[in-house]
Amino acid sequence: METLREIRRRIRSVRNLSQVTRALEAVSASKVQKAQVAVLATRPYAHRAWEVIINLAGLFEEPIHPLLTYRESVQSVLIVLFTSDRGLCGAYNHNIMRVATDYARRLPVPVRYIAVGRRGRDILWRMRADLVAEFHSLPAVPSFLNTTPIARTAIEEFLEGRVDEIFLAYTDFINLLRQRPVIRRLLPLRPSELDLQAVSEYVVDMQPVGVPEYIYEPSREAILNTILPRFTELQVYQAALESSASEHAARRLAMRNATDNAEDLLQDLTLMRNKARQQAITRELLDIAGGAEVLHQAMR
Amino acid sequence: MRLDIVTPEQELFTGEVDIVLAPGEDGQLGILPHHAPLITVLAEGELIVRQGEEEFSFAVHGGYMQVLPDRVIVLADVAERAEEIDIQRAEEARRRAEELLKREAPPEERAAAMKALRRSLIRLRVARRRRPYRPEPTSGEPQADT
Repeated sequence: METLREIRRRIRSVRNLSQVTRALEAVSASKVQKAQVAVLATRPYAHRAWEVIINLAGLFEEPIHPLLTYRESVQSVLIVLFTSDRGLCGAYNHNIMRVATDYARRLPVPVRYIAVGRRGRDILWRMRADLVAEFHSLPAVPSFLNTTPIARTAIEEFLEGRVDEIFLAYTDFINLLRQRPVIRRLLPLRPSELDLQAVSEYVVDMQPVGVPEYIYEPSREAILNTILPRFTELQVYQAALESSASEHAARRLAMRNATDNAEDLLQDLTLMRNKARQQAITRELLDIAGGAEVLHQAMR
Repeated sequence: MRLDIVTPEQELFTGEVDIVLAPGEDGQLGILPHHAPLITVLAEGELIVRQGEEEFSFAVHGGYMQVLPDRVIVLADVAERAEEIDIQRAEEARRRAEELLKREAPPEERAAAMKALRRSLIRLRVARRRRPYRPEPTSGEPQADT
């Protein structure tokens, strides 16, 4: 049986803890709201842009642009992994790490990583994974400019031939309670033989519409040279927005659960404290009554 | 054919339409259903959409358009619905830009002012073309534009 004093100390610490988690919940709630507005606003544009380049990519047999060209033999794959900088966000980081590493394990070729977020970087570090670059401290609502260096690094790796395929591993924001870790193709824009095998179940892909030939205005080169890099960068931006909204939603939920648990615990502890207090009183009364009885008998 | 007009900030329009008139780099482009596949850079200008009897107008400031036989996607950098344009604000922006251009300003500033001026002029043109035909919002049934 814990003493009254011990219980009181625990009550105090649990109460402090619940104040902290409640504050964190409030912070995450405001961040998730902003992030949600941003992700929902850009999503239609990003999806349509993706549709446009997928339609373009489905078109050509012969290579017309390096970003559209898929390579016959894939020697190495790059995964751009989006995690959070901080913990206390439930299973958010664990989920995306699990999906990404499962996927990497299935690939028959070496996998390299670009880590976005400290958590993922640290885990990859411990796994002794091949880290190409790492980015962190993105704001809660990243801007396009925040994410272009990430995209540029990835595109450069691809163009220089150091990797033959790039995937994005991030967490899709569905709503405040649900987020889904996904892996999506970034480059090349067309699935290779490798993906059509066992690993395809992991990857969310869009089917290109078969189109005979486009008219380009002003010219094919001008259009492809601006559209392809830009829309590729846009996909990275969208992934960052989705991840950020998911992270804050996950943290808000985790903190709410923690606050609820702390309150439950507080109730139990209060009950225990009252019982202990009553017991102490009863014991004292018994002592007094016993003492009185003894005195009474001695007087007689 | 289905049309989507999106900007990085919002989804402006989505639905079945009969004709799209878009500002291409080399002049206005008219897109009817079953148009040949096309990808084009959009200039700044007015984009008009007809849907049965109704007509919608948008001010578009650059972007891309992809046309497939039954589908048109407009990815505009900046765009707004004609009725949402704030004429007063556009007018002020125009005045500011014009003043800046009259003064001796560094080239970058001049370029930015030129851009702002072009934008506000398009906004004004698109908005003005619509407004006079529009009855006051309180005067009952809306009438079709002529």
